[in-house]
Amino acid sequence: MRESVIEIRNLYKSFGDNDVLRGVDLDLYKGENLVVLGKSGSGKSVLIKILVQLLKQDEGYIKILGKDLSKLNLRELNQLRLKIGFAFQASALYDSMTVRENLEFPLTRNVKNLSRKEIDYKVERLLDSVGLPNTINQMPSELSGGQKKRIGVARTLILNPEIMFYDEPTAGLDPITCIDINNLINQVREEYKTSSIVITHDLTCAKVTGDRMAVLVKGQFKAVGSFEDVFENASDPNIKSFYDYNFIK
Amino acid sequence: MKDKRPVLSKKLDNFFRGLADAFAFVKRFFQEVWFPPYEFKEILRQCYEIGYRSLPLISLTGFIIGIVFTNQSRPSLAEFGATSWLPALISIAVVRALGPLVTALIAAGKVGSSIGAELGSMKVTEQIDAMEVSAINPFKYLVITRTLATTFMIPVLVMYTDFVALMGSFINVNQNELVSLSTFFVQVFESISFLDIFSSVIKSLVFGFTIGIVGCYKGYNSTKGTEGVGQAANSSVVMSMFLIFIEELLALQIVNAIRYA
Repeated sequence: MRESVIEIRNLYKSFGDNDVLRGVDLDLYKGENLVVLGKSGSGKSVLIKILVQLLKQDEGYIKILGKDLSKLNLRELNQLRLKIGFAFQASALYDSMTVRENLEFPLTRNVKNLSRKEIDYKVERLLDSVGLPNTINQMPSELSGGQKKRIGVARTLILNPEIMFYDEPTAGLDPITCIDINNLINQVREEYKTSSIVITHDLTCAKVTGDRMAVLVKGQFKAVGSFEDVFENASDPNIKSFYDYNFIK
Repeated sequence: MKDKRPVLSKKLDNFFRGLADAFAFVKRFFQEVWFPPYEFKEILRQCYEIGYRSLPLISLTGFIIGIVFTNQSRPSLAEFGATSWLPALISIAVVRALGPLVTALIAAGKVGSSIGAELGSMKVTEQIDAMEVSAINPFKYLVITRTLATTFMIPVLVMYTDFVALMGSFINVNQNELVSLSTFFVQVFESISFLDIFSSVIKSLVFGFTIGIVGCYKGYNSTKGTEGVGQAANSSVVMSMFLIFIEELLALQIVNAIRYA
């Protein structure tokens, strides 16, 4: 039996009268890339924000790396957060800091007694691995969209997470840069042995990076399985139209 | 499922929820300010941004206030042949009310709006969320540092404004009444008491805290994307100024009660 690193059961979340998640059940297995697909506003980002408790669920049970989120105090939650990397849709780089300072910031605040040499080594190695060693002294405003995404991923990797969340990693990027980002997601899994949830509505990204797909429709997962299982014989009109649009049928 | 019916009405519910959020924000400040990490480097950086970068505007305003207020007061005093009281009148007005109030209002406009916009922009671009998921306390790093910096720097700026305004006043008095610098300042210091200076400093600390915490609260809770950033900056200024006037009124009652007790 495969080991679950994340278990979600009966998850509900609403904003005012808008019910975004209506009884979501999902598992993320160790070492897999799970792609969560859905239309804009279907609650994909809300789901991963609940998983790091940036938002609180109305109801439901969530277990991450064996820890029940509802039973954690803030200190324990922060310990858990250190094992989770979150790559934001708009990269969320600190715009008053250079790339170096962006990468150092989570490291120096969470890992004590690191020498200057160790910090520099970690930062330079990560920038090398995302292919941007020359940006180290640049400000975020001087970077392109694709570069910002890569630096955003590098910043989360500096704490060696076990789980990665990617929120719309290819949104707003040109097709060539999308390929680079998709390759980076696969490279991160290989190098850092992470389990990942990739939130996207880009089916190419889903097909290239995902082991399993989960399609969120009206606050519930309508289909979960491999790309072929979910899309090629889809009968649900929502899933079928999603596929047809992405592949221009 | 959660019960979504309003308790009173939707508007009243939102008003009381907002009030409760604001109190919770201030309460959180006082709960967290005492405990490490203290972020001294960031506090110093903010002190520099808030204090040093406000000096040109504060200097100009203070100087002009000194000259204008002296000029406007002269005719009234001249009617009673009392122009020699100008230094005393100006010093009392500047130290007790004008210095703290004008500095705080300028800082609310310049610093409060900048804090509101900066934090609002960080909120809508998910930079605050990024800190939180990296197990960094954004409240400590962003809110406590900025609020402490405004709380410490506004009293310094107020004392500086007082000095510059008095210098402006001196130039005007010197030109018209041929009073020397030493005579002017002897009269200034004879007319103001310890209570005047002490109350001015305490008042300035409160004004500084208000500007910092309001700017941070509005920015930290900003929503609605870029439109929300503008709203956060604008409402920081409006709310800070409103609270500063209320605090000035309260401070006046308290100081007068002590003075005439």
